[in-house]
Amino acid sequence: MKRVYAKEELCLNCRLCEVYCKTAHSHSKDIVTAYKKEEPAPSARLRVSGDNHLSVAINCRHCENPKCVEACITGAMTKDKATGIVYVNESKCIGCMSCLAVCPFGCIQTGSFAVKCDLCRETGEPACVKNCPNRALVYTALGGEQE
Amino acid sequence: MSVNYIPRRFDIVRDNERCVQCGCCVRQCSNECHYFAEGGKIVLADASACVACHRCVDLCPTSALSIQKHVCDYRENANWAPQYQQEICRQAQTGGVLLSGMGTPKPYPIYWDKMLLNASQVTNPSIDPLREPMEIRTILGRKPRQLEVDAAGNPLGEMPPQIILETPIIFSAMSFGSISLNAQKSLAMAAKNLGTLFNTGEGGLHPDLSDYTDYAVVQVASGRFGVHKDYLENARMIEIKIGQGAKPGIGGHLPGEKVNVEVSNARMIPEGSDAISPAPHHDIYSIEDLRQLIWSLKQATQGKKPVSVKIAAVHNVAAIVSGCARAGADIIAIDGFRGGTGAAPTRIRDNVGIPIELALAAADARLRDEGIRSEVSLLAAGSFRCSADIVKAIALGADACYCASAPLIAMGCHMCQTCHTGKCNWGIATQRPELTKRLNPDIMHERVENLIHAWNHEIKEMMGGMGINSIDSLRGNRLMLRGIGLSEKELQILGIKHAGE
Ligand code: SF4
Ligand code: SF4
Ligand code: SF4
Ligand code: SF4
Ligand code: SF4
Repeated sequence: MKRVYAKEELCLNCRLCEVYCKTAHSHSKDIVTAYKKEEPAPSARLRVSGDNHLSVAINCRHCENPKCVEACITGAMTKDKATGIVYVNESKCIGCMSCLAVCPFGCIQTGSFAVKCDLCRETGEPACVKNCPNRALVYTALGGEQE
Repeated sequence: MSVNYIPRRFDIVRDNERCVQCGCCVRQCSNECHYFAEGGKIVLADASACVACHRCVDLCPTSALSIQKHVCDYRENANWAPQYQQEICRQAQTGGVLLSGMGTPKPYPIYWDKMLLNASQVTNPSIDPLREPMEIRTILGRKPRQLEVDAAGNPLGEMPPQIILETPIIFSAMSFGSISLNAQKSLAMAAKNLGTLFNTGEGGLHPDLSDYTDYAVVQVASGRFGVHKDYLENARMIEIKIGQGAKPGIGGHLPGEKVNVEVSNARMIPEGSDAISPAPHHDIYSIEDLRQLIWSLKQATQGKKPVSVKIAAVHNVAAIVSGCARAGADIIAIDGFRGGTGAAPTRIRDNVGIPIELALAAADARLRDEGIRSEVSLLAAGSFRCSADIVKAIALGADACYCASAPLIAMGCHMCQTCHTGKCNWGIATQRPELTKRLNPDIMHERVENLIHAWNHEIKEMMGGMGINSIDSLRGNRLMLRGIGLSEKELQILGIKHAGE
C-alpha cells in the first residue's frame, strides 16, 4: 500500500505538515478558523520531532498487523481491508487510549478520542505531503529508500 | 551593550488576526528575528537583524507577515544621504572594510533599458516560432579562418574543440564555498537537462558532481584551488579567471569558517584555513604570460578542451580582449560591473568597472576591426534580468550570456545582499547544514529549467518578430537595436542608431 515516508535529510522543521494536517481535519478547512475558532479544536495527526539541525515528521505506518487495532477494546480502531488504512471510528472510540499504549511508533495522540493519521482518506491526497515545501514527505508504495 | 548608531532597515508586520502561532517563522529565520512570548501564546519579532529575505513571509501558512521599509527620517541632505552616514557609523564601530553581497544596487544607467528591438512589418515577414523551426543552438569555440575539405566534403585538418549548447544561456561561476553544494548541484542538473554549462567557480569540483562533468566549466583562478589533472580533463571547458565584474582588480577571500571538510577537500586546502585568492595570478603579468598558461592548460588536456579567459569589464576592455584572443583564448568572458558576487568590498563593487553593454560593444567592434572576431567566442556576463537583455546582448555581439543571479532567484534568492554573512535563509550562500538542506536539488533544478525554457521561448519569439530564424543571424546584428535617450557618444560606443533613425 502507499504510505507517507519522511526524508529527514530534507526536513526543515517548519512543521507546516502539522498545520495542514490539522486544517485538513477541521470542519472549516480554513487554517485561521481551524486554529482559532473551532470547538473542539482539531489536531494534527503527525508530529514533527527534533530541531532545526535534525527533524523528522513521524506519522502512522499503517502496519500490516497493527497493534493498535489488536488492543482496541471497542472495535473503533480498524484496518480497512481494501485500502490498508488504519483509522479510528470516532463514534465508537471511548478514549481509553489502549491503542496509544501499544503503538510502537508513538503515532497516536490523545483527544476526546484517539487521534491518528487516516492518510487523508476523505480526499485521497495526504495534506502533509501536498504542502511540504521541501518534498521531505513522499507518498509512495515503495520504501523511502527505494523511491 | 553599546549604542547602535544605525536605525533598523525593516519592520516586520504581523497580522495577529491571521497568525496562528505555528512558529514556522520562529524556526525559519536564521537571523532569529521572531520569537515566542507568553509561553508560546504569541509570536513577537525584533526586526533589527532582519534582511528582508522573505523566508518567513513566503513560508507563513496564513500569509500573516509582511516586511516593510522602516521609516526613520534624517534631516534632509542631498549630500549626506543616510546611507553614507550609516556606513560611516558601521565603520566607526568595526574599523573594517565594508562588505556586500550580490551586484551593485546603485542606480547607474542600465543600457539594456535604453535599447529597443526591431520587428518586421510589410517589407519582410516575421516568423511564427510555433509553426516554423527556430534555431537557438549556440556553438562556442575558436572557428578556423577557413574550412578545407576533400572532394567528398570531409574536413581536412583539425577543427578546434567546439561546445554545442542548446541555448545561448549558461550559468556563471559560483564556487562551492560561496554557494552550497545543493545550489551547485541544482545548477549542474539543470545544465545537463537543458544542454548548457554550469561553472564551478574557483572552488574545485565536489565528487558528488562527477555525473555532470560534461556540462562543467572549471575555473583556474589565482588561488589555483582544486586544480589537478582530472579536474581539467573531466571538464567541458577550462576558464582562466582573471577578474570578476563585481570586484575587478582584487582577489577573493573565503573565510575559514566556511571551509568545512567538504570545501577543504574540493579546494585542496586545510580545513578551517582562509581560502585567499591573490589579486593577480602571480604567473601572469602580461599577455605573453597569459599565453603560456593557456598553452599549458591545452597541453595538459591534449588540446581537447576550449580554454576561456574571464576578465572584468574595465576601462581598456577592448584592447585587453584583443590581447586575450591573440594569446590563444578560444573563448573570452567579459563580466560587467553589475555582476553578482558572494562577497565584495562595497566600495569596489559600487565604484569599479564599467557596464557590460559598453564593454561588450567595444570588444566586439575591436575584434571585428582587427579581423579576429571569429577566432574567439565572446561571453557576456554581469546581470541579465530577462530574456530581452539576452537578445540585446547577442545583437551587440555576444555569443552567449553567463547568468547567475537569475537562476539563484529562481531557487529562492531574494537579493537581500547578505551572502557574505553565510546565513542565507534559502540555503544558497551558506554552508550551514541546517540551512543548506532547505534547498532540495530535486525541486530547484526543475525551477531553474522552467526559467530557462521560458526564456528560450521568449528569445525565439523576439527573433521571430524580427524575421530572424537562427541566433547566428542575430549575433552582432546591431541593426536590430535602436537607442532611446542616449547621447551621440553612447550610441557611437554601442554602435547603434537612435530610435527614429
Ligand atoms: S512540512 Fe515537510 S519540511 Fe516541514 S516539518 Fe513537515 S516534513 Fe519537515
Ligand atoms: S497507529 Fe501505530 S500501531 Fe497503529 S497502524 Fe499506526 S503505526 Fe501501526
Ligand atoms: S496523511 Fe493526512 S492524516 Fe496522515 S499525517 Fe498526512 S495530512 Fe495527516
Ligand atoms: S509563520 Fe505565520 S502563522 Fe506561523 S507563527 Fe509565524 S506569523 Fe504566525
Ligand atoms: S531576515 Fe528574513 S526570515 Fe528573518 S524576519 Fe527578516 S525576512 Fe523574515
